[in-house]
Amino acid sequence: MSRRYLRWLRVLIHVGALAPLAVLGWMAWRDQLGPVPVAAATRLLGRYALTLLLLSLVPTAVRILTGFGALVRFRRTLGLYAFLYALLHFLAFAGLDYGFDLSLLVTVISESSREIVGLGALLILGVLAVTSLRSLVRRLGRYWRPLHRLVYAAAALVVLHYVWNYKELRAWPTAAGAVLLLLLVVRLPPLVNLLERQRRQEKRGPTQ
Amino acid sequence: MSKIDRSEITPEHVYLNRRQLIKGMGALAAASLLGACAPGPADDTPAPATGTPPTATPQATDPAAGPTAGPTAVGEQLEGKLTPLEDVAGYNNFYEFTLSKTRVAELAEDFKTSPWDVEVGGLVANPRTFTLEDILAFEQEERIYRMRCVEGWSMVIPWRGFPLSKLLERVDPTPEAQFVRFETLADRDQMPGLTSAVLDWPYVEGLRMDEAMHDLTILATGLYGKDLPPQNGAPVRLVVPWKYGFKSIKSIVKIDLVAEMPVSSWMEAAPNEYGFYANVNPDVPHPRWSQATERVIGTGERRKTELFNGYQEEVADLYAGMDLEENF
Repeated sequence: MSRRYLRWLRVLIHVGALAPLAVLGWMAWRDQLGPVPVAAATRLLGRYALTLLLLSLVPTAVRILTGFGALVRFRRTLGLYAFLYALLHFLAFAGLDYGFDLSLLVTVISESSREIVGLGALLILGVLAVTSLRSLVRRLGRYWRPLHRLVYAAAALVVLHYVWNYKELRAWPTAAGAVLLLLLVVRLPPLVNLLERQRRQEKRGPTQ
Repeated sequence: MSKIDRSEITPEHVYLNRRQLIKGMGALAAASLLGACAPGPADDTPAPATGTPPTATPQATDPAAGPTAGPTAVGEQLEGKLTPLEDVAGYNNFYEFTLSKTRVAELAEDFKTSPWDVEVGGLVANPRTFTLEDILAFEQEERIYRMRCVEGWSMVIPWRGFPLSKLLERVDPTPEAQFVRFETLADRDQMPGLTSAVLDWPYVEGLRMDEAMHDLTILATGLYGKDLPPQNGAPVRLVVPWKYGFKSIKSIVKIDLVAEMPVSSWMEAAPNEYGFYANVNPDVPHPRWSQATERVIGTGERRKTELFNGYQEEVADLYAGMDLEENF
C-alpha cells in the first residue's frame, strides 16, 4: 500500500471515528433519540466504544495472518478513540443518568456485576490510553508490550458488560464475543509461529 | 434522592373505600388525559385531599412530615405523574413481536384482537370460555398504577379494567386451586418474535391464589380511556402493580387454576435471575444489576424504587414472615 493510500486511510479513520459522535449530537439536538434519550445515548456511545475497541485489534490480526503490517500504525488512534467513547459512555451513565450522585452511584455499582465489569474495562483502557503517550511508551520499555496486551482483557470485560446488559442472550453481544474470540485465536503462539514459518519459506522460494 | 414519599402510597382506608370513589374516576380519567398533554415536568406534590378525611397515620399526626395525601381513588395520587401516552404506547416489552422496545408498536399494528377467547379452566367447578364481549361486560374501572420493569424503568399508566377476582369468582375455583397460571397467545402468523428462542412459547406467568384474588390485581382492557393498543397487551392483560412488569402477562388466551406453583417463562429461562414472586424490591438486586432506583420514562429523571413498588400497605400482609430475598 502506498503512502498516499495510508494517508487517506488515516483521514478515513478519524472521520469514521468522529462521525458517530456528530450524528449522536445531531440526534440529541433534534430529539431523535426515542422515548428514553439518556438510555439511547448511553447505549450508542457504548456500542461505538466496543466497535472501535474491536477494530483496534484488527491491525495486529491482519499482520499475523497476512504479514501486512502497515495498518499497525493505526492501532493507537483506534484504541484512543475507543477510550474516548468508553469515557463518554461512562459520563453519560454517571452524569446524565445518575446526576453524579456519588453515594447512589456507589450503591448501584456495588450491586451490579454489569457495572463492575464495565468500570473495570474503563480503568484498563484509561491506563492503556495514558501509557500510549510516546514518552511513556519509551519509558516503559519492555514492560509496554505485556501491559498493552491487557487490551484483550478489557475487550472481554466489555463484551461481558454488553451481554449482561440484557435479560436474555442477544445476537449483537454474542456476535461481538465471537469476533473477539477470533481476534484472540489469531494471536495464539502456535498459529503465529506456523504462519511466520510459512511466510519465511515462501520468501526463500520452494526448497528442492 | 430522599426517602420514599409516603404520600405516593395508596392508604389502606382508601383501598377499602375504593368502591364509593370509583364513580368519579371517569371525570378523573379525562382530567388525566389533559394533564398528560400539558407541557413541563409532572408536579411532584399530590393533589389536595378531597372526600373523607384521612384516618390517623403516623405521618398525618407528625407536623414535621409536611402535607399528606388525602384519600384518593385508586392511584389518584399518581395522576399528576402520568407517563405520556406516546411513551406508554411506544416503549414496550413484548417479545412475541420483537426484542426492541421501540419497534413493538409498528410490528403489532395489525394484531387481530377480535374475535378473542379466554379459556378459563383447571381446578374450577364451572370452566368456561369468555369471549372478549364477556370480558368487556365486567364493570370496568380506572386504575392509575405505577408499572416497574425489572430492567430498571417505570411508567405511570391509567388502566381501564376490573379485578381478576371478579372473573375467577365466576368459574368457582375448587379448594384444591392454589395458583393461577396464565398463557399469552402464540400465533406465528402474527407474532414475528416467536421465531426467536429466547423464551419458551407460549409465554406463561403465574400468581398465588391470594395474589390473584387481591383487589389491586386487575385484568386490563384499556388505558388512557381507550382500548388497549396491541403493543400494550390487547385485548386483555394482567396488571399486578407491586410486581415487576413481566408478571403482568399480555394478550391472555388461557387461565388455569392449578394446585402446584406454575413455572413462568422467565423462571424457566433463568431460574437464578427470575423467581416466581418477582415482587418489586429495591433491596434485592437482580444478579447483574441494581434495583435500587428506576428511570422514570418520559421525565428524564430517576427515582428510588419502593418496596412492593409503593403498594406495601396493601400487599405486605401477603408475604408476612417470608424471606423476600429467598423468595425473589
